[in-house]
Amino acid sequence: MAEVLVLVEHLDGGVRKVTYELLTLARRLGEPSAVYVGPGADGALAGLAEHGAATVYVAEDAELGKHPVAPKAELLTSLVAEKAPAAVLVASTAEGKEVAARLAVRTGSGIITDAVDVAADGTATQSVFGGATIVKSKVTTGTPIITVRTNSVAVEAAPAAGARVDVSVDLSAAATAATTTEQVKQAKGGRPDLTEAAVVVSGGRGVGGAEGFGVIEALADSLDAAVGASRAATDAGWYPHQFQVGQTGKTVTPQLYIANGISGAIQHRAGMQTSKTVVVVNKDPEAPIFELADFGVVGDLFDVVPQLTEEIGKRKG
Amino acid sequence: MGARGVEQPSGSDNQTTGATGPAARPNREVDSATMKIVVCIKQVPDSWAEKSLSPSDHTLDRGSVDAVMNEIDEYAVEEALRLKEANGGEVVVLSMGPSQATDTIRKALSMGADAGVHVVDDALHGSDAVATSLAIAKAVEGRDADIVMFGSESTDARMSVVPAMVAERLGLPQLTFASAVAVDGGTVRINRVTEYGYDVVEGTLPAVVSVVEKINEPRYPSFKGIMAAKKKKVETVDLAALGLSPDQVGLSAAWSVVEEAAARPPKAKGTIVSDEGNGGMAIADFLSAQKFI
Repeated sequence: MAEVLVLVEHLDGGVRKVTYELLTLARRLGEPSAVYVGPGADGALAGLAEHGAATVYVAEDAELGKHPVAPKAELLTSLVAEKAPAAVLVASTAEGKEVAARLAVRTGSGIITDAVDVAADGTATQSVFGGATIVKSKVTTGTPIITVRTNSVAVEAAPAAGARVDVSVDLSAAATAATTTEQVKQAKGGRPDLTEAAVVVSGGRGVGGAEGFGVIEALADSLDAAVGASRAATDAGWYPHQFQVGQTGKTVTPQLYIANGISGAIQHRAGMQTSKTVVVVNKDPEAPIFELADFGVVGDLFDVVPQLTEEIGKRKG
Repeated sequence: MGARGVEQPSGSDNQTTGATGPAARPNREVDSATMKIVVCIKQVPDSWAEKSLSPSDHTLDRGSVDAVMNEIDEYAVEEALRLKEANGGEVVVLSMGPSQATDTIRKALSMGADAGVHVVDDALHGSDAVATSLAIAKAVEGRDADIVMFGSESTDARMSVVPAMVAERLGLPQLTFASAVAVDGGTVRINRVTEYGYDVVEGTLPAVVSVVEKINEPRYPSFKGIMAAKKKKVETVDLAALGLSPDQVGLSAAWSVVEEAAARPPKAKGTIVSDEGNGGMAIADFLSAQKFI
């Protein structure tokens, strides 16, 4: 059975859940091999094995981590040449997509980004134009290089050997021509990452001002949710721009999305339309966001949301 | 031209997380007054409009919506103009796209760019990202650009891959997803937006730089700027001029194919209730039934 290379997403050795999602998908295509770049691989091996990695290629050389994107692409290029994998799966993060992009050029391969599903024959499903259109695509040239969105598939454990194989690569001059000189980690509070969160609670124009986001945050915290905002709210300066959900902001695919005071312009729907369950609170019964609602309440969010928060608190005891 | 199915719309976690403050060290005078910045811009359907794929070949149906400059590219043009204003030099905008893309080039010229290059050829229709990057790299090559500037993603395809591909093809340092850019002599330094904050990344010129939304406040073209733009030169470049053949680009040369595209089935109508003083409880009941609480 052909290998399927999965690039491990980790932050300082902590393997991110999307990696296990990639391994789950990879098993449909062949035998998963994880590719771990950076220090701290020992702590990651057990989790990777547990989720189906027969082999874990480890490149711990610190030089690879000093330069963004290109070193990972060059390491994967050499593994593709050596192992002739059935496919390469990478997480659809900013860096992941750029690694995939350079890998596609280097290996003369087609690339599909932001897949939400991958079938055994390599057909990738994408949800485009903010989820309005479902597209099925296939790479026809080279090694299929597919980036997959977070939360696309339920993680399944499937214990495998997880044998560590150390690998290295001679980097090109171009790969080392950009250097990371400093990493700045900004405090993001106790809430989960917006794009990874299982539950997202968002506010829009109806929130009326920065102080109004207090009720949105309180609801989010009662559900261990991330907070999002519509473009109207971020453009008005009510909530920081990095929390914008929409066409020009983040795309989220949570299990539950609660939209409060958001009308549902295409700009916003494009970022949340693929949420599994949508709850809407809006004063305007004609708001287009209700078309997406599994459950909606026509009413003032400042009445409905605090009541909901309190009720969740009671029920969670 | 790109917006065929293969140049895929994208996603989640890539994009902009807002300006994160200035790059680590301040700008210093660049010694050369001849710094040249080529800004690659794309015409896209208005991001407030509903978009669809053409039933015949699954490429973006451009006829059905208003075309505008990709919003994030406006930030790239603005950043290039600011670097020029601080350091001297020249800003050239380059766009690959059908004939109407000249509108987008004119807009950038009216913002203050000095000259335009329009890569236009019927054979480019339906090019995937890999082919698009090839054509752009060829069009940039030989122009002596110190910085090849991009917006970090287009609002139609949303792949965010072309800048990295162009850097790969040109063998230039890649400094992408910048929320701040500073040029210091022969060095460019950016704040690269990450999921946890930002990385300071440094490279030597020439380099490929992409900027995120909100890095700056793009200027509106002034009346004077609009008038001046009419006199600025826009060079038209076709495939032959790029040294490419039709079989290297376009729909037929794409390395991935769209097998089917269909509208998402309409969602089953949900339950909508009016708040009679117990709306919050009603939602809590729904969430309990769905096992969210």
